[in-house]
Amino acid sequence: MAGHTAALDSKTLWGGKISPFSTSYGKLMMWFFLVSDALTFGGLLIAYGFTRHDCLEAWPIGEETFNSMPFLGHGYPLLYVALMTFILIISSVTMVLAVEAGHRMDRKGVTKWMIATIIGGFFFVGSQGWEWYHFIHGSEFGKIELSDGAVAIVKGHFGEIKNFTVTEAGSHHKKGDVVKEDLMHTFQHAAARGHINNGIITLHDGSKAKIAKEKDHELTLIVKKSGKVNKASKAKRVITGAKAEKLYYKALYAGEANRVIYGANLKQNEYGPQQYAQFFFFITGFHGFHVFSGVVINIIICLGVVAGTYHKRGHYEMVEKTGLYWHFVDLVWVFVFTFFYLI
Amino acid sequence: MERDDLIEYSLDAHHSEEKGVEIRKKIYKVTILLTLVTIIEVFLGAVIKQDAAIWPLVKWTFLVLTILKAGYIVMVFMHLGDERKWLRYVILVPYFIFILYLIFIALWEAVSIKSVLTLFS
Repeated sequence: MAGHTAALDSKTLWGGKISPFSTSYGKLMMWFFLVSDALTFGGLLIAYGFTRHDCLEAWPIGEETFNSMPFLGHGYPLLYVALMTFILIISSVTMVLAVEAGHRMDRKGVTKWMIATIIGGFFFVGSQGWEWYHFIHGSEFGKIELSDGAVAIVKGHFGEIKNFTVTEAGSHHKKGDVVKEDLMHTFQHAAARGHINNGIITLHDGSKAKIAKEKDHELTLIVKKSGKVNKASKAKRVITGAKAEKLYYKALYAGEANRVIYGANLKQNEYGPQQYAQFFFFITGFHGFHVFSGVVINIIICLGVVAGTYHKRGHYEMVEKTGLYWHFVDLVWVFVFTFFYLI
Repeated sequence: MERDDLIEYSLDAHHSEEKGVEIRKKIYKVTILLTLVTIIEVFLGAVIKQDAAIWPLVKWTFLVLTILKAGYIVMVFMHLGDERKWLRYVILVPYFIFILYLIFIALWEAVSIKSVLTLFS
């Protein structure tokens, strides 16, 4: 190895015939780029903290907002995001193992670990996609404005909607028709527009129908904004049992638009103040974009490893530099995880 | 021609098999530590509610654990701990100066703006 070290050095030296901090130009510049990128993320997270501190409404709580698991439904606070964090940490580990293998000039090892890193990266991006989908789609209950003006988020298991039996014909459905398709979507759409009045839903075509729905379980209201009767104070903010059910359906079936909000977009969201969703979309989106570009860069470098480009060059420094970027992505996620999901 | 006045190429560009075994051991140790810290964080987050009396302590625990995790990622995974001392300073010192200043100024402003907002709401 000593043989080509000398040859390498003459190439590695910078224009002034010296290597500052004994690093190569590429590695040092990667570090400088990461410092500036870290300042960007730091600025975003501090802006988030600033907004949260100055927001007079109740800010959403991680374990109340993110409690779904794929295939399992609701009621698993923070578990999914913990899994995502774990996946990213493991992909960081496989990356550092690739770098280690590169130092031993073990081409097979580098290939193996880089492929593992890429798979981990894809899993993380996919998970983030799922998380966004869920965040945008929202819960089955939504956020509800109670009749006294209080605003509450709702937890529990939504009883399945069986069908709609048409009682008054519209332009499409006849009287006595039983609608069995697209029930949840139709129900939420009508509820948000105030098209449900005392258990009678007005369908898209103007026909009116009776809702057959199973009973909800463990319906719980968490009051986020005080009304005249229901307060958001610490002791009284949780309403459960028959009272919760009565309050919720009274508001939902009041036939008034915008009493319930499902999911999130850039204008409104069911979780809390509007800035919350904006920051969520921006910061996790910006991070997700970093992960995505990291995966792309990893694939390119992995192809280089397979082709033997770096082996011929005598060192695997390119793997080390992409590794730095990949670890940085993991590093940012550690902070996003703390500030968005835990605190 | 072999020259001896050249500065060694970027630290740790190569290492031996024995050294590799040692380094991998360290990587696995850090992996276990990071995983444990994440499990503890999620457990605390899921079990302790934000209106609990102990919450401020939990919040500070999260911050300390986060910085601990970040430290291990930067120093071990990104090998900043193995670089020259001055490179470490050049990377970390300016960052901390800017970020601490930004945190200070954001806190200062946020507190004063909030006092105005609550006064007039």
